[in-house]
Amino acid sequence: MRLRAMPMLTLALLLGPVLAGLVGTLAPAFGILPVIGRVEPGVDAFRALLAWPGLPGAVWLSMVTGLGATVISLVIVMLLVACWSGTRSFAAFRRALSPLLSVPHAAAAFGLAFLVAPSGLVVRLLSPWATGWTQPPDLLIVQDPAGLSLMAGLVVKEVPFLLLMTLAALGQADAVRAETVARSLGHDRPAAWLKAVFPRVYAQIRLPVLVVLAFSMTVVDVALILGPNTPPTLAVQVVRWMNAPDLAMRLQAAAAATLQLALVVAALGLWCLGERVVAWLGRAWIWSGARRAGGAITAALSLALAGSAALTVLAGLGVLAIWSFAGFWRFPSPWPDAMTLGNWVRHWPGVAEALGTTIGISALSTFLALVLAIGCLEAEHRHALRLRARGQWLLYLPLLAPQVAFLPGVQTWMLMLGVKGGVGAVVAAHVIFVFPYVFLSLGDPFRAWDARQATIAHSLGAGPDRVLWAVRLPMLLAPLLTAAAVGFAVSVGQYLPTLLIGGGRVQTVTTEAVALAAGGDRRAIAVWAIVQTGLALLPFALAVGLPRLVWCNRRGLLHG
Amino acid sequence: MDEPGLILQDLRVTLSGKPMLRLSAHVAPGQVVSVMGPSGAGKSTLLGAVMGTLSPPFAVSGRILLDGRDLAALPVEARQIGILFQDPLLFPHLSVGSNLAFGLPRALRGAARRAAVEKALADVGLNGFASRDPATLSGGQKLRVALMRTLLAAPCALLLDEPFSSLDADRRAQIRSLVFERARAAGLPVLMVTHDPADAQAAGGLVIKLD
Ligand SMILES: Nc1ncnc2c1ncn2[C@@H]1O[C@H](COP(=O)(O)OP(=O)(O)OP(=O)(O)O)[C@@H](O)[C@H]1O
Ligand SMILES: [Mg+2]
Repeated sequence: MRLRAMPMLTLALLLGPVLAGLVGTLAPAFGILPVIGRVEPGVDAFRALLAWPGLPGAVWLSMVTGLGATVISLVIVMLLVACWSGTRSFAAFRRALSPLLSVPHAAAAFGLAFLVAPSGLVVRLLSPWATGWTQPPDLLIVQDPAGLSLMAGLVVKEVPFLLLMTLAALGQADAVRAETVARSLGHDRPAAWLKAVFPRVYAQIRLPVLVVLAFSMTVVDVALILGPNTPPTLAVQVVRWMNAPDLAMRLQAAAAATLQLALVVAALGLWCLGERVVAWLGRAWIWSGARRAGGAITAALSLALAGSAALTVLAGLGVLAIWSFAGFWRFPSPWPDAMTLGNWVRHWPGVAEALGTTIGISALSTFLALVLAIGCLEAEHRHALRLRARGQWLLYLPLLAPQVAFLPGVQTWMLMLGVKGGVGAVVAAHVIFVFPYVFLSLGDPFRAWDARQATIAHSLGAGPDRVLWAVRLPMLLAPLLTAAAVGFAVSVGQYLPTLLIGGGRVQTVTTEAVALAAGGDRRAIAVWAIVQTGLALLPFALAVGLPRLVWCNRRGLLHG
Repeated sequence: MDEPGLILQDLRVTLSGKPMLRLSAHVAPGQVVSVMGPSGAGKSTLLGAVMGTLSPPFAVSGRILLDGRDLAALPVEARQIGILFQDPLLFPHLSVGSNLAFGLPRALRGAARRAAVEKALADVGLNGFASRDPATLSGGQKLRVALMRTLLAAPCALLLDEPFSSLDADRRAQIRSLVFERARAAGLPVLMVTHDPADAQAAGGLVIKLD
């Protein structure tokens, strides 16, 4: 195995399916689908799509929820960091948020639904003393047609993600000194940070922000849980058409996926335009010499917003946990009338089976992603290769290209080539989405490793492989496990790849949990969502605990 | 041609095509040659060229001979050159004993291996330290372990990159004479980078000035 070829091989493995998938989506959209005998190019599929009455609503929803969720999350995170970074409460906040990052989107969405639904915990706590309701009100709070709850569900999950990305960027932006200089020139905290640090930090988190935008516009599992039904979002409609028994509906699905892709490209363009406008306004603001940005008020507001985002996820998980043990639970009582293990006993056989499949798929895809990532980073180290800005873009491409735009294409290819979807195909698909996160998580510690350790080991006669296995990897055990935990959580949370590439035959805790969204069995949903969360969180506990255990006699590896 | 010692013949290092340093030198076995010069003069780069750790944008030309072998084509691990940095850089995940055993020839097995490690520790006054966590050692102790780790790998030359600068004056003289003494006993040519004229004086050999 030539290590030098590793980065190219990895890029091919990741981008090959993405590009092939896009082709496989575009061709049927323009009428070409040989498996059902269509070989004449045409735009009938788009005509059929335009005739769908739900189209304007679906397009509007996709744009508004995507842009809305991204702007809101970004503003919350930037204000929070501007006002609080470096303080003790910020450190506490940061510790609380890191595990939230790995809570699967679906579980967080269910939690939110269980909180704010008409019969959810919030209404129960306020009823009947404040609201006068003795029956759940007939309000469409969850799955509202304007997509507000969908946007909220996205925001509570994207805030921790953007915050962690920002924290990683802060270290490289010389933030503390820049802010100190600006404050010594008479600016209040938020103004100092926004003027002196924000531009540098934003340049570094730009790609993750764009990923959030593309993801929010096209997410399927969260939209199935929190998004409106009639019409649903465009991405959900694509999946419905893809799963229609009539293969001809795939043409329409492909046309819709193509439109979704175009919408994402348009939104990314709009975002870049917005960046220019903000930059222009920012320069004008700096030039004007205004030194205040709300000071204490901004600080309080940002903490309240970020705090409610975090609290929502936590409280949501709490309600899910209660529901999973709830027996009879009358409205509007805030606590179940009876607690029981019955729900768990009833659902356990199904859960156990899905757990086995999920753990297998996630462990294998994480392992493969780790091997690729270590191979790439080691090749970079040994052959002094440098990942340029372009490489960074390529790494983010599988995250930027909407899953719903290229996975149907991959499925079409599989159909044409006669490949049956199964666990193996699902693992391969998961690697595409797991790898970027594993690589990003491992990259910094791997590159920051003191290369003089390698020089020493070489000078003692150790070849490159021995240095890797006997020195570098053991020293990097903690970041390796963290990267593995991140990868595992990402894999556990995958909905669409499992559904589409598994051909509906692969049942993971995520596909099973999301499938319950349409029905109203709260106890079943609660059990599955808790299992899903636990499975994503457990590796993080191991990643924190294991190095302490293994290196309990090695103080040099136990800092912080 | 098979002259013993470390010979640098018209060694040149360029950084992105710009010449950075150029020198010739002969370090005989048991002799210590000092390299001095201001910060950024390229002293560590010179050692990197001898070790074989430089990669683009650096380029090395000229010949480096060790006991008559031309090192140019050899990877770091085949050059048989030991190095001590300013930090001892003990592998933090290994015990002191395992650190010492890291570079021991494989032929040494079982009890003989353990005995070699114990003897090395005893030689520098660290009896019974084999199972210790390197992070719990003092700076001077770490440096002694690092020295013995290097010597146990049976190098043919020794490079020093300001290895004493983290020590206080007393400890410094003590460790310095230990290193020189051991290197002389093993008949190693030593190339030492230092900022401290006292180091160069104690070395007693030639001083190369870079600027
Ligand atoms: N990877 C690199 N890429 C480009 N330039 C480098 C690189 N590494 C070192 N340099 C430059 O090469 C020059 C020599 O560096 P070197 O580390 O050899 O100096 P030095 O003499 O050891 O200094 P000091 O006494 O501070 O240790 C410096 O100007 C440094 O900035
Ligand atoms: Mg130096």
